[in-house]
Amino acid sequence: MEYSRAELLPGIFLTHLRSDKFKTACISLNLLTQLNRESASMNALIPYVLRRGTTRYGDMEALSRRMDQLYGTAIEPVVRRIGEIQCIGFYGSVPEEGYLPSGEKLLPQAISLMAEMLLAPNTRGGLLLPAYVDSEKEKLLERIRSRINDKRGYSLSRCIEEMCCFEDFAVSRLGSEDEAENINYKKLSRHYRSLLQSCPVELFYCGRTPFKKVCAAFKDALSAMPRGEIDYELGTDIRMNALEDKPRYLEEKLDVGQGKLVMGFRLGECMEEPDIAAIHVFNAVYGSGSTSKLFMNVREKLSLCYYASSIAYIHKGLLLVASGIDFDKFEAARDEILSQLEEVKKGRISEEELHSAKRCVASDLRSLTDSQGELEGFYLSQTLNGLDYGPMELAELVEDITKEDIVSIANSVECDMIYFLRGLDEEEASEEDREDGQA
Amino acid sequence: MDRREYPNIGETLYSSVLPNGLRLNVVPKKGFSTRYAVFAADYGGAHRRFTLDGKTIDTPAGVAHFLEHKMFDLPNGDNALNILSANGADPNAFTSSGVTCYYFSCTEGFEENLRMLLHFVSTPYFTAETVSKEQGIIGQEIRMGEDSPDSAVYYNLMEQLYSHHPIRDRVAGTLESIAQISHETLYNCHRAFYAPSNMALCVEGDVDPGTIETIALEVLGRDCAPVPVADFGPEESLLPAAKLRRERMEVSAPLFLIGSKLRAEKEGQAAMRQRLVSRLALRILCGASSPFYSRLYAQGTLNRNFDYDIDFSAGTGTLIIGGESPRPELVLEELEKEVAEVSRRGLDEDAFLRAKRATLGSTLRALEDFENVCVSLATGVFDGYCAFDSMPVLESISAGECRDFIAESLAPERLALSIIESKAV
Repeated sequence: MEYSRAELLPGIFLTHLRSDKFKTACISLNLLTQLNRESASMNALIPYVLRRGTTRYGDMEALSRRMDQLYGTAIEPVVRRIGEIQCIGFYGSVPEEGYLPSGEKLLPQAISLMAEMLLAPNTRGGLLLPAYVDSEKEKLLERIRSRINDKRGYSLSRCIEEMCCFEDFAVSRLGSEDEAENINYKKLSRHYRSLLQSCPVELFYCGRTPFKKVCAAFKDALSAMPRGEIDYELGTDIRMNALEDKPRYLEEKLDVGQGKLVMGFRLGECMEEPDIAAIHVFNAVYGSGSTSKLFMNVREKLSLCYYASSIAYIHKGLLLVASGIDFDKFEAARDEILSQLEEVKKGRISEEELHSAKRCVASDLRSLTDSQGELEGFYLSQTLNGLDYGPMELAELVEDITKEDIVSIANSVECDMIYFLRGLDEEEASEEDREDGQA
Repeated sequence: MDRREYPNIGETLYSSVLPNGLRLNVVPKKGFSTRYAVFAADYGGAHRRFTLDGKTIDTPAGVAHFLEHKMFDLPNGDNALNILSANGADPNAFTSSGVTCYYFSCTEGFEENLRMLLHFVSTPYFTAETVSKEQGIIGQEIRMGEDSPDSAVYYNLMEQLYSHHPIRDRVAGTLESIAQISHETLYNCHRAFYAPSNMALCVEGDVDPGTIETIALEVLGRDCAPVPVADFGPEESLLPAAKLRRERMEVSAPLFLIGSKLRAEKEGQAAMRQRLVSRLALRILCGASSPFYSRLYAQGTLNRNFDYDIDFSAGTGTLIIGGESPRPELVLEELEKEVAEVSRRGLDEDAFLRAKRATLGSTLRALEDFENVCVSLATGVFDGYCAFDSMPVLESISAGECRDFIAESLAPERLALSIIESKAV
């Protein structure tokens, strides 16, 4: 796989991976913007409004038909939060020409369609169509509200919100209901224009077409983009310590049969000069894999839970442990999760644990090179960290991590927030039934 | 091994049936780091009643899934999941109504991992103690499933559609049903369904097919056991047992599923064609570029959380369309209108050709995913066809075939609607 990178137009960068092994090519386009409460919902809404129709393909049906025509080329909105940078745009998958009966040149057509979606939306009087904005706004609101449907994800984001209540990271990638409610088509049109002018743009391609041709196709398609002063001052604020001396505690109640315990940690001082490979291995030893301490002890040995695993948000310097438990196992599970971290801090890590954690992380990184979607995410994340090495190189770094590296990371980790989602008491549940009955 | 080239999709498939009856499929892939293997049993949550040694055995709901959890225990006290993980593999398993699949992916040590996979799945070891401990763990999983609105909307629909076929029950069973499971139940089910003759092994990655065949014979032996016969009860009628069901749960917006039962084709080629026709027909009727979806989306009746699928498991065929909607009854009404229109006027030829083109792209996309490729090959093996043969069959499908499928299987009397409403309203 051959890596190339270039600035095609002011503030518009292309990461290009040449690879012959896939049957479809992947293209993506991301506008980068600082995550904050005021604009997150507007930002999240824009790609969805743009997906509704362009000047040439006026509504969603026409646009989707065009994609069908291009042999099922799929170009869909993507909204991500990487650290405190919000990335909005499109991800596309385009069949490689060799597999098509006609041998048609699909890629330039797909790139030009993607650019058209970004630059030439269906407008009236220069403004985004109110009908599209209103209907997508409703759908955005539904998506924001629907996070409660998935209790595992819901409890994770509630813990982050409370833990980072003074930081922009508390803002979800879709923003908040309140902010979304306040959007109207005029305001959104202005915001859309200003993003086009000021956002750095990250383009990605992975497939068989050579670098120069892809550059030319993107340049051609984006040359009309109205650019102003580019805002390169994007970044993530990393808080090193817990907010208070003892971890804060928050309990919430919903009508659920299984409790969700989420514990939020700061990765701490190790974030001053983060050793990304070491953080990955630490996370695997402690809680992310099926040989991790959390899995082996909290789940397997003590049967305290159905799942218990840790996730590292390296860009923001956070570690979250999520677990599904019986309501009465709260104390036992919490104590065990903390005591397993103590074990890592004290260096009680067997050779076997270290070895399997490293293999696990390295293997995940190597297999990531077999999926274009994961490659795209990996390189975008690397770019935001100012790094340009690939997953294979990171896997090499992982092989060199020692027990001391992990212990040192563990010792910089500090618990900041404990969140517990429990069920309603019997009384509360029956009360709710009565209210239902009246309604 | 038999070698076949598929130039239109750029794949080569090696296949054979071993003396022990195991059906083996290997897709070599140069240039990839990942190697993936799935060892699948033609046995799932719905295979509750079966005949073994001339005796009919009834088992409680949830056994196939329970067995899947317990297979990882090895007689020496080790756990296969841990061994594979420690060896750098990413192992897992899943049980559906129709099949149980054990699989792993890895980037190194493939042969060793493959031996371990074949070894642990063919080595039953259960004790009263380990079974009772697992009842706790699976109990949690069942409770989690009960909290899940997605799972509730699905199983409610299955109960509406099917009056007695065991596919209507939750794959994991209930707290009561799994309490009836003993280590003897597990041994019986393993003996009946986990013989190589009732299984398939599918591998994709930079591997040597011959070596895989040799390893499979070494670990599994040459004995070929008779294939058990599952009894799913008398054939279901094509009409749903109940048209409408509502339940209230903690959800932000109502979830709904519209379903219909199909008469699943039994013969391999016909079965594959039925799968392709039904998916193509549904893409035209309610896919992303259909007038139906676009109209309801623009009205705010549907959102992006809308999808359709057809599942063929344990002798059943179930068509499911659904997602989120503030007005599920309206979606059903509009769908019925659309079906009536298609039945009367036939399908638009342009839309039909576009859908075929789009299917070509999505087929290529699906081939990028090793798990998807291996699992489709395995289920294809059980249903008597080869998943790689789909392209020419797709080409041969006519608009009339799709129209007939829509008119019959989505006729109003065939449809059931399951709704999960929000508690807050």
